[in-house]
Amino acid sequence: MNSPAPGFGLIAAAAGKDSHVDPLAGIPTVDEPLKTKDFKTDQEVRWCPGCGDYAVLAAVQSFLPELNIRRENVVFVSGIGCSSRFPYYMNTYGMHSIHGRAPAIATGLAISRPDLSVWVVTGDGDALSIGGNHLIHALRRNVNLKILLFNNRIYGLTKGQYSPTSEQGKVTKSTPLGSLDVPFNPVSLALGAEASFVARTIDSDRKHLTGVLRAAAHHRGTALVEIYQNCNIFNDGAFELLKAPDTRDDAVIRLEHGEPIRFGADGQHGVSRMPDGTLRVVDVAEYGTKRLLVHDAHAPNPEVAFALSRLADPSSLNTTAIGVYRDVHRATYDDLLHEQIAAAVDDEGSGDRPVLEDLIAGKDTWHVDA
Amino acid sequence: MAKQVVQLDRVIIRFAGDSGDGMQLTGDRFTSETAMLGNDLATLPDFPAEIRAPAGTLPGVSAFQLHFADHDIMTPGDAPNVLVAMNPAALKANLHDLPRGSDLIVNTDEFTKRNLQRVGYEESPMEDGSLEAYRVHAIPLTSMTVGALKDVDVTRKEAERAKNMFALGLLCWLYHRPTEGTIAFLEKKFASKPTLLRANTIAFEAGWSFGETTEDFSVSYEIKPAPVRPGQYRNISGNLAMAYGLLAASWRSELPLFLGSYPITPASDILHELSKHKRFGVRTFQAEDEIAGVGAALGAAFGGHLGVTTTSGPGLALKAETVGLAVSLELPLVICDIQRGGPSTGLPTKTEQSDLLQALYGRNGEAPVPIVAPRSPSDCFDAAVEAVRIAVTYRTPVIVLSDGYLANGSEPWRIPDLDALPAIDPAFATEPNHTAADGAAEFWPYLRDTETLARAWAAPGTAGLEHRIGGLEKQDGSGNVSYDPANHDLMVRTRQAKVDRIAASIPPLEVDDPGDDADILVLGWGSTYGPIGAAVRRCRDAGLHVAQAHFRHLNPLPDNTEHVLKRYRTILLPEMNLGQLALLLRGRFLVDVISYTQVRGMPFKAAELASVIQEAATDE
Repeated sequence: MNSPAPGFGLIAAAAGKDSHVDPLAGIPTVDEPLKTKDFKTDQEVRWCPGCGDYAVLAAVQSFLPELNIRRENVVFVSGIGCSSRFPYYMNTYGMHSIHGRAPAIATGLAISRPDLSVWVVTGDGDALSIGGNHLIHALRRNVNLKILLFNNRIYGLTKGQYSPTSEQGKVTKSTPLGSLDVPFNPVSLALGAEASFVARTIDSDRKHLTGVLRAAAHHRGTALVEIYQNCNIFNDGAFELLKAPDTRDDAVIRLEHGEPIRFGADGQHGVSRMPDGTLRVVDVAEYGTKRLLVHDAHAPNPEVAFALSRLADPSSLNTTAIGVYRDVHRATYDDLLHEQIAAAVDDEGSGDRPVLEDLIAGKDTWHVDA
Repeated sequence: MAKQVVQLDRVIIRFAGDSGDGMQLTGDRFTSETAMLGNDLATLPDFPAEIRAPAGTLPGVSAFQLHFADHDIMTPGDAPNVLVAMNPAALKANLHDLPRGSDLIVNTDEFTKRNLQRVGYEESPMEDGSLEAYRVHAIPLTSMTVGALKDVDVTRKEAERAKNMFALGLLCWLYHRPTEGTIAFLEKKFASKPTLLRANTIAFEAGWSFGETTEDFSVSYEIKPAPVRPGQYRNISGNLAMAYGLLAASWRSELPLFLGSYPITPASDILHELSKHKRFGVRTFQAEDEIAGVGAALGAAFGGHLGVTTTSGPGLALKAETVGLAVSLELPLVICDIQRGGPSTGLPTKTEQSDLLQALYGRNGEAPVPIVAPRSPSDCFDAAVEAVRIAVTYRTPVIVLSDGYLANGSEPWRIPDLDALPAIDPAFATEPNHTAADGAAEFWPYLRDTETLARAWAAPGTAGLEHRIGGLEKQDGSGNVSYDPANHDLMVRTRQAKVDRIAASIPPLEVDDPGDDADILVLGWGSTYGPIGAAVRRCRDAGLHVAQAHFRHLNPLPDNTEHVLKRYRTILLPEMNLGQLALLLRGRFLVDVISYTQVRGMPFKAAELASVIQEAATDE
């Protein structure tokens, strides 16, 4: 007697209907609340002391219990790189796969198993260089995945080459005279790839990080979360401008849905939309508050979110917006596929044995007698 | 007056025309009628990679060959008895295969000065005497079709396009094929276009009537049904059989089927077919590239589903790293490689067997992968089921090596009884399988079955069995990351030993040696089964003592392989590559295998192989 395949028969349960109301629809919930320690493994964490990855791991482990979903229904899939060791430290199901391919592997898993909460852990090299194709297509399809992109603007595990998010002119082992290529802005890229959820946060700001993770978890569809993460060995201080007490208030724009966009220690800076459609940082004292841009993460059109992503200086990252850029409801690939399957079963009946026999026999048969 | 009817035991027909002339459709229809009649048959579609090469040119010629008989046959035939040439290009491209004295049906309307020049005919071969050795039937097919449709409200172009139906009607008359199937087919195809339905039906019937009345054809032919095992039969192509085999294995194993695939010739039809069967819970995923196709399939396998990817040689190269990951993860995964001519883009629509070494060795590290190769179009069904059985039972990726010849070729198939399929049991882990030092029950993903060496497989959603696996080397048993040298040595050898143990579950290499006294053994694998078998028959008819054995499993090889090889003084191994299996057998068994190879994009011809066998047998 074969044991039944897990998740077989959950097709109907997860097929779309309630997903707008409950983004976690289809995932079994716990009877007893879980704790942070339930998500820790016995494996020794092997990141360098002082690495930003520790902060992200701690935030994820302490935030997951609040989702009230079963631990055995959570899966972390990663690629290759420092951050991709993440699944080994999560006491859930997990796969440490190959370079760049985690979104593809996680897509197959999420499509097959609507009863799972599937998370992808990746880095700037993994997601934006070798795996760039899989990332953009996952975003376009809107598969129900949460993608945590740890961006440290460097290749750490291979010991310090420049990455697709390194600033132009970056001097590294592979670019002794400075890198020649212009970096990707992951938020701009994701918005251009039709992402339904895009956010950015910083490893050292636990509260902000947790808030963004929470929003991502409650988004049904692909959620891309870019996490600025410090590599203290090969690119220490890459985000210092956004972190240091004396510079961060003027350098970081915190996005809050429904709020006018202001920043600076006293909210003295603001963002406004110019008559030509571009966004500009303005002096609020001079400009007033009435014409400040009110952030709308649910705007159907991603144009303004894209413009916000362009405020950051590509090199220094000055005036970088963090928070949820975009969070819109769009049917997910997996829900649509399961609706097609459910419709086929409704219209034609379930594919049981007699149906299979009819199919294999086909319409043009002949009989040969003994 | 009724015309004379001649009984034949077998006929080979080749339809040849421009890519836009509908030759594949014509061939398919004739095949269906022939199958319904109960003849044994084999087909060989041969078409260019370009969708519409320039009309009337040699590269644009598309052909379909069909061999049918009143007895069991093994190949689509070497040389046609009848060639239907729809234009000068089709004549020029195919005439060299036509034995003298054969029938040649030519559409004279297309033999214009311009069309002749385009393919390098200075003078029309219809008039310069160069076709005197053939029984030429010069028929203005296009204008007769247009004439037959003068009362139908279609454009001249639409009328001309129905000429393939006229030709089909004529051939159906000539060989006493039933017509109901084609009429029913047209009714379905043109259900929403009644005018085109009428045009095609009239053209088809006009072709039939023309045969009946013209004095050009004084005889017609009858080929009696072939005696075969009793049962229910249908005609099936290799790719369709492969798709059905995967569906049947999904049903048998109770694992929902997930196909991750990227379109590639000649494998795409499997994706097309499976995407129609959502009611079986089949999920087909057209990925962004070959790597994502296999990646998604592996993700589904991790989720406890039946992960499959379909591709051809260039795609297999791209999937290599993911297949290696599957080897390390020890998860079931089926990779169907429908081989085509290589290297690189090569010959997309032509056949070859040149991916064997890629399938065996095309990965980094020691990454053994079992290989199964179907031998005929219908055998693709059984090969798919066998691949799933091995993948699921042994937790391993398995590569199926089909090829373009099997994929598009077709033959009658005795519809299988689903109860006769082998058992496929995923045997998912549901309980902890190990006790920790502190006495706690825990799950070790790399604890193995002592017989098969298959590891424990727990799918996400199973409480208490949460675990992490990856491409890093893992500790035997616990599956935790391990860089220990002795453990790595053990794991590399264990993964190999697991694949070797599959041999215990496969049948021995069967030798067909009727007198048990053969002087020569002819070996083969995959799609060469038909041509080798036909050639061996010819040799036996000529009095030679020839044995034949054919590999279905290329990794591991059957346990008795060495024993078989050492029994024969002379061993001949024809392959459609430069001797890949010969290299393996020589290296592994120190046996002096004679390699005979061709890489022409076409299957071997039985007559050629027969003379090669004869030569090898008498060289001793």
